[in-house]
Amino acid sequence: MTTTRPAADTTPSPPIPDSAESPMWTSRLRRAWLAKLPPDKLLPDRQPAYVASWIYVFGVLTLAAFLVIVVSGLALAFAGPAWYHTSSLGHFTNSLHFWSVQLFFVFMVIHLWGKFWMAAWRGRRAMTWITGVVAFLASIGTAFTGYLMQTNFDSQWISFEAKDGLNAVGIGAFFNVTNLGQVLLLHACLLPLVVGAIVVWHVLLVRRHGVVPPIDAVPVTQPADTIGDPEVPR
Amino acid sequence: MDQTYQVAGMNDPATYLSWGWLSISLPNLIVIVLMVVLFVLAIVLPFPKDRDQS
Repeated sequence: MTTTRPAADTTPSPPIPDSAESPMWTSRLRRAWLAKLPPDKLLPDRQPAYVASWIYVFGVLTLAAFLVIVVSGLALAFAGPAWYHTSSLGHFTNSLHFWSVQLFFVFMVIHLWGKFWMAAWRGRRAMTWITGVVAFLASIGTAFTGYLMQTNFDSQWISFEAKDGLNAVGIGAFFNVTNLGQVLLLHACLLPLVVGAIVVWHVLLVRRHGVVPPIDAVPVTQPADTIGDPEVPR
Repeated sequence: MDQTYQVAGMNDPATYLSWGWLSISLPNLIVIVLMVVLFVLAIVLPFPKDRDQS
């Protein structure tokens, strides 16, 4: 038995528009993204000379601590308190989560001090500064709900003190810190997503506008042998 | 409860230090001093140079 192939379709297909001119929203979004954040800005392989300072390390240290928090938090969420309150590995993971939060805040506060004293909102970086501040505030809320769900005397004390404080400022009706179910869901579901999204936005803005230079940084257009010479204009 | 656990335990109230109107817990003071020391060191200490530049 023999089979025959169907005849090839020789009808010319309609011309595909160049992606640079395509009106599709995906193409327009891609062009807008690449115009604002080309790959060499998103993943650079070189940084300005002034970045070679320990004070510039604390932003990425904060990110590293945040990554440890997320990974250890995922393990705690999946395994549950019956694991992390009873087994050795669970205790270790619980402690890892707690202490990485301490380091996260230490690194973030030093990052904040460094950026404040170098006025890091200069050069159209206001939104970078603002997203950093919002990330800091959201992190405080996330850490606070984490303290509240320890289910020990410490969390009981914190929740009752905080309840009075929140009632005093008029928001106690919307946020009941003694409601463990509400606190658990806020800490494990909502707030990590909020902090993660703001941190991603913050990092993308840093990549787009570049790392802020020191206030007395010399532009690279000045010859190196004239740096510091008061007779040579910058 | 063994001594090691008591040092880092959170089920006991913290030690508080007071000077006049100022009152602060010892753990908070340690963390603040640690951050200030790290901040000063980060500004003062030289950063290792890139091997390509040496």
